[in-house]
Amino acid sequence: MENLLTAILINGLLLGTLYAIIALGYTMVYGILQLINFAHSEVFLSGAVVAFEVFRLLGPAPDAPPGSGMNPYLVLVIALVVAMLVCGTLNVLIERLAYRPLRTAPKLVPLISAIGVSLILQDVIKFIEGTQGRFQLAVNVPTAFTQTVFSVADNNIKVRDLVLIVVAAVMLFGLDRLVNHSRVGRAIRAVAQDRVTAGLMGIDANRMIALTFAIGGALGGVGGVLFALKFPNLDPYSGTVPGIKAFSAAVLGGIGSIPGAVLGGLVLGLVENLLGVISSFSLIFPKLAFLGAIKAEYKDVGAFMALIIILIFKPSGLLGRSTTEKV
Amino acid sequence: MSRPSSPAAARTSQAPGSRAESRSPTILSIKGLSKIFGGLTAVNAVDLEIPRQSIVSVIGPNGAGKTTFFNMITGIYEPSLGSIELDGLSLVGLRPDQVTAAGIARTFQNIRLFASMDSQENVMVGRHSRLKAGYIDALLRTKRFHESEQEARDVADLMLDFVGLKRFKHELATNLPYGDQRRLEIARALATSPKLILLDEPAAGMNPRETEELKSLIRRIRDDLGVTVCLIEHDMRLVMTLSEYITVLDYGSKIAEGLPHQVRNDPKVMEAYLGRGAAAGEYGKETGGANA
Repeated sequence: MENLLTAILINGLLLGTLYAIIALGYTMVYGILQLINFAHSEVFLSGAVVAFEVFRLLGPAPDAPPGSGMNPYLVLVIALVVAMLVCGTLNVLIERLAYRPLRTAPKLVPLISAIGVSLILQDVIKFIEGTQGRFQLAVNVPTAFTQTVFSVADNNIKVRDLVLIVVAAVMLFGLDRLVNHSRVGRAIRAVAQDRVTAGLMGIDANRMIALTFAIGGALGGVGGVLFALKFPNLDPYSGTVPGIKAFSAAVLGGIGSIPGAVLGGLVLGLVENLLGVISSFSLIFPKLAFLGAIKAEYKDVGAFMALIIILIFKPSGLLGRSTTEKV
Repeated sequence: MSRPSSPAAARTSQAPGSRAESRSPTILSIKGLSKIFGGLTAVNAVDLEIPRQSIVSVIGPNGAGKTTFFNMITGIYEPSLGSIELDGLSLVGLRPDQVTAAGIARTFQNIRLFASMDSQENVMVGRHSRLKAGYIDALLRTKRFHESEQEARDVADLMLDFVGLKRFKHELATNLPYGDQRRLEIARALATSPKLILLDEPAAGMNPRETEELKSLIRRIRDDLGVTVCLIEHDMRLVMTLSEYITVLDYGSKIAEGLPHQVRNDPKVMEAYLGRGAAAGEYGKETGGANA
């Protein structure tokens, strides 16, 4: 019983942290443009593809003896930096080419544009990797990351799990410093609240919007690398489901709110893991035998049902401000 | 169109006590400014010269084009025709943030503070364009970052003190009383270190005591900070006692300009505000009295 609960907690928090990092990209863009950047799931997948390429080119061969080749941590840092640069730039380009020309169009128009960009990127990834004969990418995760560090109640904590937590913590700390305690962050928040007034305070709104896309994209890139470590089998559509879940996490936490995205990610991760193993409870408690019918495959259904239930009672999300209608 | 008074008359009023400036006596020079929205001419060939370190007003009935006029000066609208020069620098075609960087700040008819920030942070946003530290500095916490943040806080505190809101420094902007929110907007605009500040109906919604305080604040902006003030205002008593020079717009065109007493007695102005009949004296004095 304790083992099961610990497993739910640990796996839930790890998955939730991953969702949180990706959800930040959705929530920050929404906060400044009130646009749902559907292309973010592909931006994040590009980070995973960067990880695949970096580990393929620099990582030790799977059959090489341990300790040979470049230090795996160095390779990881390279992958993270390259992914941040690639995904940040990619997101800025998407904004510049697909959203900015539609800034004054009705809100539905850039949304359709976002879906279009998402589909285009899927095909671009398929094209780039597919011409090399790679349609299924198996990330060459160095064995150093899959080793167990310690066990809590029979649950093995691996190096990659610690990497995930540490990298996510550093990212969140940096983001908080940047957004809440700096001139640039103040400017971003000012643009998010009132673009015209921010302009009259001497803030170049377009620069701040581009910077927001760069930060969101860079976080997505980091999320992609961490995702590739945990789920090494990728294809061009692997971004969709985690993308939708991260978006749901952002909505759950209150879209536009940065702490909300983190909380929403963690809650969604926990709920999903709880539902994934809920059938096991029927073995522990014979009176709850009906739970045996809820197989692990239903975990996504359950996660989204939880989302709907929470939003019914808190429509603006867990930490979202209830907005008064502007007249 | 006849001019009741030449701009030169207004310039003499700033002579005593004003800091001697070697630059031209005009800070903002607007010529033939027009804005056409489709078939509607919102502002029609307006000229305006604002003398350095003066307090001037633009008045006119609702819909006269006053706010459109401000929006063109601050770069929100691009003028259809005409020129705007601040100290010889053309502002036409600049973005609002570039106009602010050039030295014009403004407040709004409807208060537009950043609701989720406290008073200090609102004013710090106004300092944005005068600070140097970028995001790299912010992430690496460089010396420049700390200096720049300190400067922003110092300027914010100074400006909050100047408008008398120091005690509300850490209060959310939306929690302030209405009159204080207006003064906070002024503090935020002043934090941009402007040469010229445009105040769009600063006394709207204020009670008489708040209006009196505002009047002395506006005088101090000019006298203590050396910032030129241009007002759009409906409160005639405020405009008449405060302004050195008044320009009257109606249906987008300038119908009169001059010293307060000249404008007050101008038949065209009375007609614009009260209608042709009232201007001719048909409706008696109560309508005129309500607006005086």
